[in-house]
Amino acid sequence: MAEIQIKNVAKTFGAYQALHDINLTIADQEFMVLLGASGCGKTTLLRIIAGLETATTGEVWIGGRRVDHLAPKDRGIAMVFQNYAVFPHLTVFENIGFGLRMAKMPNAEVTRRVERVASLMHIEQLLKRYSGELSGGQRQRVAVARALAMEPDVILMDEPLSNLDALLRLEMRAELKGVLAESKTTAIYVTHDQVEAMSLADRISVMHQGKIVQAASPIEVYRNPAAHFVASFIGNPPMNFLRAEPAGSGKWKVAGETVDGPVSAATPLQLAIRPEDMRLADDGLKARVKLVEPLGAHLLVTCDVDGTMIRAVLDSDLTVKVGDVLTLAPQPDRVRWFDPQSTLAVA
Amino acid sequence: MNARLLPYVLILPVTVFLCIFFLYPFVLVAQQAFGSDTGWSLDNFRDVVSHWKFSISLWNTLLLAAVVVPVQLALSLLMATMVSKMKRGRDLVLYVWTIPLGISDLAAGIIWLAIFEQSGFLNSMMHGLGFIDAPMNFISYQNMTMVFIAIALAEIWRATAIMLVILVAGIGLIPKEYYEAAEVFGASPWKRFLKITLPLLRPSLQTALVLRVILAFEVFAVVAALGGTLFPVLMGETYSYQFDLSNSGAAAAIALIILAISIASTLVILRALRVPKGATI
Ligand SMILES: Nc1ncnc2c1ncn2[C@@H]1O[C@H](COP(=O)(O)OP(=O)(O)OP(=O)(O)O)[C@@H](O)[C@H]1O
Ligand SMILES: [Mg+2]
Repeated sequence: MAEIQIKNVAKTFGAYQALHDINLTIADQEFMVLLGASGCGKTTLLRIIAGLETATTGEVWIGGRRVDHLAPKDRGIAMVFQNYAVFPHLTVFENIGFGLRMAKMPNAEVTRRVERVASLMHIEQLLKRYSGELSGGQRQRVAVARALAMEPDVILMDEPLSNLDALLRLEMRAELKGVLAESKTTAIYVTHDQVEAMSLADRISVMHQGKIVQAASPIEVYRNPAAHFVASFIGNPPMNFLRAEPAGSGKWKVAGETVDGPVSAATPLQLAIRPEDMRLADDGLKARVKLVEPLGAHLLVTCDVDGTMIRAVLDSDLTVKVGDVLTLAPQPDRVRWFDPQSTLAVA
Repeated sequence: MNARLLPYVLILPVTVFLCIFFLYPFVLVAQQAFGSDTGWSLDNFRDVVSHWKFSISLWNTLLLAAVVVPVQLALSLLMATMVSKMKRGRDLVLYVWTIPLGISDLAAGIIWLAIFEQSGFLNSMMHGLGFIDAPMNFISYQNMTMVFIAIALAEIWRATAIMLVILVAGIGLIPKEYYEAAEVFGASPWKRFLKITLPLLRPSLQTALVLRVILAFEVFAVVAALGGTLFPVLMGETYSYQFDLSNSGAAAAIALIILAISIASTLVILRALRVPKGATI
């Protein structure tokens, strides 16, 4: 059992507040992905959980035990560092076996485990090399293997696949997910790659400027972003936003058209819709085509709707030219609303 | 200028300087050492080595190095580790610790003589505290252990800092993340020192040890000040052949023997602490 609880954790570096009041519970055996832009505090949070950094305030609990005061080695964790930290003076074998040797594991067991994780990470032919003789991606896999070899309760991974080519990353991703599920490990996985986040996560925590903006399942984060930041950060091409003026009793004026919307609000809102949730229709927003990008499976069209640029993903066998005026209808059940003041979603 | 030639042109001044002031005297010394009335010969070496004082001075020199260098290595490692852990005031501490470096070795010997002399600080202190009734004569032929200890202490006091500064610089080059990784994977502070600091410090340890060992074989002024003729060392013999006995052939021979010992020990150190290819930071 290794549930992780982060309670009111904040961290300041001098005058700079890197983390604001973080509250997060990661269930036993859950695969949690921390997703956010560069500099938002992902590594800092991970280092606090690992015990390499002390939180300015707040508590960290692992497996029902408060661990703030414990040394990293007593927390039952293993970690993959963002900069790998593969020991240069040890061979790949000894790197992977480092933690096992520290735990005084018998030689045969060390060899067995090292060979197993090395083959998982496809680095079994590199075991005798030193880190200076490895590529960045190989080093990264050594770092992952070193953490896996520990068979820890909790594994913390800081962008562990960032340096691999697309194909290998896809493969490693699947391997990693399989191995961790099988070993019943609780995982926290940091990335800024949203595709990776979507494909791996049981839950995604989206971080922004030192706060967790939303923690939910990938589909929930995608379909029901809790804040403007989440909506704009997740999804490629990103979500479209259009200004909406209140027109009384649940009616909203968007680019000259009247749309059904929230009843509760009376100030201007933003209507948000994903590019793939727009349809060509007889009735809808008038959109002048500015750019047409055929993407094979789809047609990505950028158009001007009443002065705002939006994107729509359309059927690839449509013939659309720059300058055409399309009538685009947002799929009603996919429309979301945001308050530009609070930036939060409005129901 | 031709880019292939440029590097050679740039190192030319240094090369010329070294040739004039190092290589040329070296050749002269070698000539003296191997020369005799009848042309080339090993007579000088034979004379020097067969002299009764030679084996004593060789033994003394080696013994002193064997005692002093390991103590200094341990001390400087300890001090360097402590200094590197300091956040504030580390420069001040380093300055204080390196003060002995600024003192000439003869002065260092005299300082320690002032401590150990019959009328020295140590005697007055012990007398003042009532440990002894009358001043003792620490440094005399009846008390060779004490002579040795005094010389060793003076050497340790004088020259530990040179290793310290090299090791502090070396430790500063080891990225912090290796310690963090080791910590996460269960290494205690002592294990981190053994498994991370020491191996990653090998290049600095090489430099520090080579420098220190060579200096140890050349020990002279401290010994002269503290032990006089009680404790003959190789460098002292060189001096007395050259200036007391005016036998420059013999002096040159001993100098070459010291050089050979230095080169041999340097090779041993470089070999023992070599870093495998691909295993650098
Ligand atoms: N030791 C430190 N001292 C001062 N500021 C720090 C320190 N460590 C991190 N920060 C700051 O805290 C913020 C969060 O850093 P962090 O490394 O957690 O970002 P990140 O989300 O991991 O980014 P990336 O995706 O680029 O790795 C950054 O603005 C960074 O400058
Ligand atoms: Mg980071």
